Amino acid sequence: MKNIPEKGNKQRLLPKHLAKVVALLLILLIVSIGMSLAFGSRTISLEGLIDGLFHPSVESHEASVVRQRIARTIFGLICGAALGVSGALMQSVTRNPIADPSILGVNTGASLFVVCGIAFLSIHSPSEYIWLAIVGAMLTAVFVFGIGSMGASGATPLKLVLAGAATTAILSSLVTAILIPRTNVMDQFRFWQVGSVGSANWDSVHIFIPFFMAGIVIAILVAPALNALALGDEVATGLGVRTGVIRMLAAFAGVLLCGAATALAGPIGFIGLLATHLIRLVVGPDVRFLIPLAAVSGAIILLISDVCGRFLGSPGELEVGILTAFIGAPILILITMKAKMRTI
Amino acid sequence: MTTHTFETKHIQSGYDNKTILNDVNLSIPSNQISIIIGANGCGKSTLLKTMARLIKPTGGDVLLDGKSIHKMAPKQLAKVLGLLPQSPIVPEGITVADLVGRGRFPHQSVMKGWTKKDYEAVAEALEMMNITEFADRHIDELSGGQRQRVWIAMALAQQTDILFLDEPTTFLDITYQVEILDLLTDLNRKYGTTIVMVLHDINLSARYADYIFAVQKGQLVAEGKPSDIITSTLVKDIFGLDCAVINDPISATPLVVPKGRYHVKS
Repeated sequence: MKNIPEKGNKQRLLPKHLAKVVALLLILLIVSIGMSLAFGSRTISLEGLIDGLFHPSVESHEASVVRQRIARTIFGLICGAALGVSGALMQSVTRNPIADPSILGVNTGASLFVVCGIAFLSIHSPSEYIWLAIVGAMLTAVFVFGIGSMGASGATPLKLVLAGAATTAILSSLVTAILIPRTNVMDQFRFWQVGSVGSANWDSVHIFIPFFMAGIVIAILVAPALNALALGDEVATGLGVRTGVIRMLAAFAGVLLCGAATALAGPIGFIGLLATHLIRLVVGPDVRFLIPLAAVSGAIILLISDVCGRFLGSPGELEVGILTAFIGAPILILITMKAKMRTI
Repeated sequence: MTTHTFETKHIQSGYDNKTILNDVNLSIPSNQISIIIGANGCGKSTLLKTMARLIKPTGGDVLLDGKSIHKMAPKQLAKVLGLLPQSPIVPEGITVADLVGRGRFPHQSVMKGWTKKDYEAVAEALEMMNITEFADRHIDELSGGQRQRVWIAMALAQQTDILFLDEPTTFLDITYQVEILDLLTDLNRKYGTTIVMVLHDINLSARYADYIFAVQKGQLVAEGKPSDIITSTLVKDIFGLDCAVINDPISATPLVVPKGRYHVKS
């Protein structure tokens, strides 16, 4: 109050290392963007990089390679950010620290629709996948939410997770049932399913942007309410949060972000989980900071994984989905061992 | 000091399809401390939750200043009516200041963010609960009594005229029970906050309550000042306990002394 300077209070309410973390993330972001533009089957010199980015008149081979990589890099950024935010939202909604977009059955729902599209509707292009995947993801999320909300106590985190697990089991067996007798569908699906940003172009970016913006805006708007929701449904209700509405909005935004990313790049796992966990370890559980920082770190993780994949798979490429799983799984095990995992 | 009327009209309430409360009519005395007592499973928590809009009654209504609380905008209602449930969730790694600050939610909007008033309210709540020195600590590092003070500080930061608490002293040592009840009394004396809580301990209830509501099998069976209503007959009725009621030598309020089957002087 009067005897405590107001500035002191202000600092106290911000996470301790916020400024340092933001600075570090921005540096890493710039470095990873640089790496994504410069490295690949052909490594570009710094001069070529600068020519390609800032001197449109220069027509060297290096500069044009850089320009070709711009779309892929931007797509990687958006995709990683979307997955990071989606993870933060899913974890908040289910109040489950290991929740990933896959927890609500979203990935599997998207997969099922894409498989059906390939098998029964002869669909081949990404711009058609995205609608199928998003519709699949949405319907699955609604279905899971519906089952999870049955009973008087509404959509509790536990019921949501159980409903998600059950739905995932059913849908993935359907996916398998459709794939097994159809080898040609299996080949096409396998390519999509691995998760890759390699084939991304400006079209993918344009398709992605509206979904991305909508998801991010909703996420930022619901963040304060998610903070209240983290204290339990009863406390949140006491603070004036419409718990059902907020859960639904946050889940919707999470599905939108993850569904769009999955549709265009295939299921890329672990990024939502990793980004959110790393940020939470350093800056704490305040969702208002968690969401933007998870976006940035998700983007960094995806870009770095993508660059690593270009080296490890040389002369070809290793898909980013494989890399994130390889990097993500051990780190997740470390986090699990280090942090006291709260049960739901 | 703001006064409010807070009433329940013929409320019928419960969980799933099981009705627990039946036709409860009561009026909470403004700017006083009311305590709801009753045996386990009598519906006292259900009553508190129904009044604090955690459970929507299946019949009747809960009225704040004559208006149904279920027809008010949740955020507006949350500026008047605060709530501390029995087992809130502590997010992992949260600091005291962060948790207390979340009590400001109903006063904030997306556009405004944190204002000077918010910082002041948090600082004041921390100070009142004597936890300013813990502001940067993680909740996991605190003792049970300190944790409960943090939760009450969160409810204080909300700055409501009415505060509901569901068994705020459960699981605490007797020292901390008294400490928490003293702090709540401070709050009532200093700001005139209307406090309504469920307590297990009938003697602490008799000492700290201005007004008691006794609940039995989902019905309100007695209400009034502790000295007027706490008698051995009432205790026998609602708890099924044989006891003597004597005068508390410290507070001059009724003191329930259980009889039991042993140790009775012949």
